[in-house]
Formats: sequence, C-alpha cells, structure tokens
Amino acid sequence: MKEKIRIASGQGFWGDLVDAPYTQVTAGPIDYLVMDYLAEVTMSILQKQKNKNPKLGYARDIPELMERILPVCIEKNIKIITNGGGVNPEACAEAIMEVAKKLSIKKMKIAVVVGDNIKDNIDEIISAGCNLNNMETGESIVKVKDSLLSANVYFGAMPIVESLKLGADIVITGRTTDTGLTLAPMIYEFGWKETDYDLLSAGTIGGHILECGGQASGGNFLGDWQSVPDLVKIGFPIAEAYPNGEMVITKHDSLGGKVSFETIAEQLVYEIGDPKNYITPDCVADFTTVHLEELEPNRVKVFGIKGFEATEFYKVSCSYSSGYTSSGSLTYSWPQALTKAKVADKILRGRLRNLDLKFDEIRSELIGYNACHGPLATELKEDNINEVMLRVSVRGDDFKSVERFGKEIAPLILTGPPSVTGFAGGRPKPSEVVAYWPALIPKKLVKPEVKIFEL
Amino acid sequence: MKIKLIDIAHGRSGDKGDAANVGIIAYDDKGFEIIKKNLTVENVKKHFEGICLGDVERFELPNIRALNFLLHNTLGGGGTVSLKHDAQGKTLAAALLRMEIEI
Repeated sequence: MKEKIRIASGQGFWGDLVDAPYTQVTAGPIDYLVMDYLAEVTMSILQKQKNKNPKLGYARDIPELMERILPVCIEKNIKIITNGGGVNPEACAEAIMEVAKKLSIKKMKIAVVVGDNIKDNIDEIISAGCNLNNMETGESIVKVKDSLLSANVYFGAMPIVESLKLGADIVITGRTTDTGLTLAPMIYEFGWKETDYDLLSAGTIGGHILECGGQASGGNFLGDWQSVPDLVKIGFPIAEAYPNGEMVITKHDSLGGKVSFETIAEQLVYEIGDPKNYITPDCVADFTTVHLEELEPNRVKVFGIKGFEATEFYKVSCSYSSGYTSSGSLTYSWPQALTKAKVADKILRGRLRNLDLKFDEIRSELIGYNACHGPLATELKEDNINEVMLRVSVRGDDFKSVERFGKEIAPLILTGPPSVTGFAGGRPKPSEVVAYWPALIPKKLVKPEVKIFEL
Repeated sequence: MKIKLIDIAHGRSGDKGDAANVGIIAYDDKGFEIIKKNLTVENVKKHFEGICLGDVERFELPNIRALNFLLHNTLGGGGTVSLKHDAQGKTLAAALLRMEIEI
C-alpha cells in the first residue's frame, strides 16, 4: 500500500480555467487528476447539446485538454478521473481515443461508467413503486414526465474504484457525485471497505474541499481576500491523502493562491445543508467532526472526521422543459441615473401591458445599486449615483410573448429617458428554461456498469 | 458598542435549489461566541426580510467556528428558473455580514 497519494483538483466546473489541469500535472508531483465538470445546470446544457447532435453531450473541452495533458500523464503515471462525460460519456471516451491515436499513444485504457441515465426507464421505475417524487415539492414525476429532458442517477465512488481495479488510466463518468471523484482513488489505493464509514466520510469531505477548484485555494475568498498572493497563477488545491483518513490540503509551491484555515473553512460551508447529515451514495459524512490545523503556510491538515452508513437511496437529477426566459439591459448615466432607470422600467412595463403579453414573472433589477442585496443595500439619500444598469427579465410558457419582450428593449434608447447606452449584441432572444427535478431512487433499481475502451 | 459582523467573521454562500446556503465563520473563539448569540434563526430571518420568503434553518460547526444557514424560498425558483441576477445566492454571505451587532 502506498504511504500517501496526491489528488489534484483540475476543474471546479465546466468553464473553469482552461489551463488549470495542465498546470496541475506539470508544476509538481501528483498521482491523480480529478475534474468536476457537472453543476446541476450543466446537465441541462449538455442535454440540450445532445438533443441537437447525438455525438455531443459531454464537456467538449476534454479532447483538446487531453491532447495537452495525456503525454505528461502517461510519462508521470498520473491517472485522470472526471465526470465530464456528462450525458454522453461513451462519446467522450471515443473522442479521447481519437486523440490518443493522433498522439501515437500505444497503450491506454479508458473506463466509462454508465447506467446513470434512467430517462428511458421512467415507466419501469414507476411500476416498481418509485414515483421519483420531487424532493422539494413532494410531487410525482408524472407531472413533468412528458416534458422530461434528462434523468440521471448520482453514482458515488464505487464504479470508479471498480474502473481503477480494471487498470484504467482514465475514468470518464456521467452523473457521478463531485465528492466520489476524489474519494475513489483513496478507496482503491488504501483498500478501504464499504463499511469504513469514517474513512469514506473523510475522503468525501476531501472531495468536497476539492470539488470547486480554486475556491479552496484563495479564489472567491471573502476573508482577507486582498492578502491572497498571485491569483494570476492560482494553484488549484491538492489533497495529500493518508491511509488513516487524514489529509493535508496544499497546492504546488510555484503557484499562487493560498491554502489556509480560512480558505478551507469557507469551502467546507459552501452549499451544505445540515452539516451532520451530508448524504452521498458512499456514506453520510458529519461535517461537524472536521478539524483543521495549519501545519505551515499552504498546508492545512484535515482530520478527526466521522461518518455513518450510506442510505438506501441514490439521488436523481432530472431536467424538464419549462417555458422560456429572456433578459435585456440598458445603462443610464448621471444625472438622475437611478430615476431614469426606474422610469424606463415603468415605460417598458406599460408597453408590455398594452401588448397584452403573457408572462409568469417579470423582474426588474438595478445593477450597480441593489441587484445583489435588495432591501439591505445602502439607500441613496439623493440620486447622485454615477450610473446604473437596468436589467429586466421575463419568464413564461408563451414563446411569442417572451420573443416580443426582446423587441421592446432597444426602442427605449430613442423613446425613453436620456443618457442611455449599453445596448449591444442585438435583441435578447428567448432561451428555453430547463428546470431541475431532484428525486430519490432505491439503489436496488439501478446498476452502474463499467465499459472499457482500450488501445 | 456596535460592530459590523464583517469585522469579526467571513463566509461563503451558494444555492441548494430555491434555498440559499449561507455559511458564516468567526475569525476567533470570541467571535464565534458573538455570532452564536446574535445569529439566531429569528435575527437572520428578520435581516433577510424581503429576500428570504421561507423558513430559516440554523446549524453549528463549532470545530471550525462556523454557523450554516439555509434560507428557504429565496432564489426566485432557483437554478435555471430564477430571473435573479444573483440566481445562486453567491452574494448573500456578504449580505449577512452587513448586520450590525451590539456587543
């Protein structure tokens, strides 16, 4: 058994720093590169792409990225694990195989985890007694079944562990939990068992720290943010994991950013609910047991973690088509910028009303004034703000109404309040709302499968 | 004496469906005692009046001197449905740190 392994985060979401994975594999020693590409919204985007072209539906940056990092990873024996396969992991693997051939790589094994896609099995699942009730509203999936675009089960670390046991150099998954990507190599290398709840929870929390990339190493840091050195060359976090479940979170020395008690603590509380009950397919981790200790600059020990047995359910992420939105904006300058923006909003709404358009919601925001903090924003005693951007958005089922809204923004330039600018890029176009439907499914109703692609 | 929460704590916020999660971390043990005492469910709900339209849940993580709040019915439907500029509640930790506290 290895004494320790180094797992490096290479991507916090699809759209993150393009060079980060390359930097992680070249700027110092690591054993695993893990890349999280899938936010809940991302699955909807990928599904839209696959609907247009059945060969797409995965993070399209991956083949280009592989062209850069594969030669390095093969030379240094770095394994790559990513959920960037999205809704089409097999197509992603095929695209990587093409890259490997182009690079004249002689030997390579890619494992693809499938079985998470249950969109075509919804009827069977319902007849097996699971209504995939919405976790927030309690409603049955039947309500949106006809407008369903995707339905994917969140798998955990175990299918990736199986892939690693089969000798995979690269593991591509669909909807795998972000935390499972980091936990899997620890289970594989240290021989942790499915009943080692504390260890599994430790690896899960390690995964939570790594899953948002630079957000654990000085990015989006609300503490003493101006003290973070060299964000130009930010080093993404690396977990040095040990067989006893302890970890040291660090980064490559030559890179910027900062790993401290504070930067890790902020990431620990990010997007969690009840900290004693962090449910994953692998275990239930207890975040209240985490201890952090700064060993030296940019090395934070994470230890003391406890956890419990996993539940009998997988989480399911479904998306369904739910109308259209459109959003347009205009910028007004001093003098009376705020008043101008508010008057323009009134004029716009008057015109929309006269057109008898149908929306479920119209929302107007004053960016530069109170769009973020609403009633908590400091009120202006007089309207002397330098400039403000009026942003108006609509949502509704009627495509024509939403489309027509987009034609009513630009006319305000010549037919509304003065000193207005910032209308570029043409009329705002309706975009389809792909809404999210979270549900649970008994584990026994689905089965992860591993497929091997080999050179 | 009145202080601003931002002088003794930092934090991070994000989305969980239509709920926002707001994590607040005190810089030291004394600060943690202050935030534990002052950031009650009632005070946080009142602070976010007009923003948080649902219940507030509160959790403690004493080892890292942190409190976590779930603000339900806050993000205009959440995810891709929300029309909010800050649809994911990313700026709400800063919004809570605006709170003034009597010590």
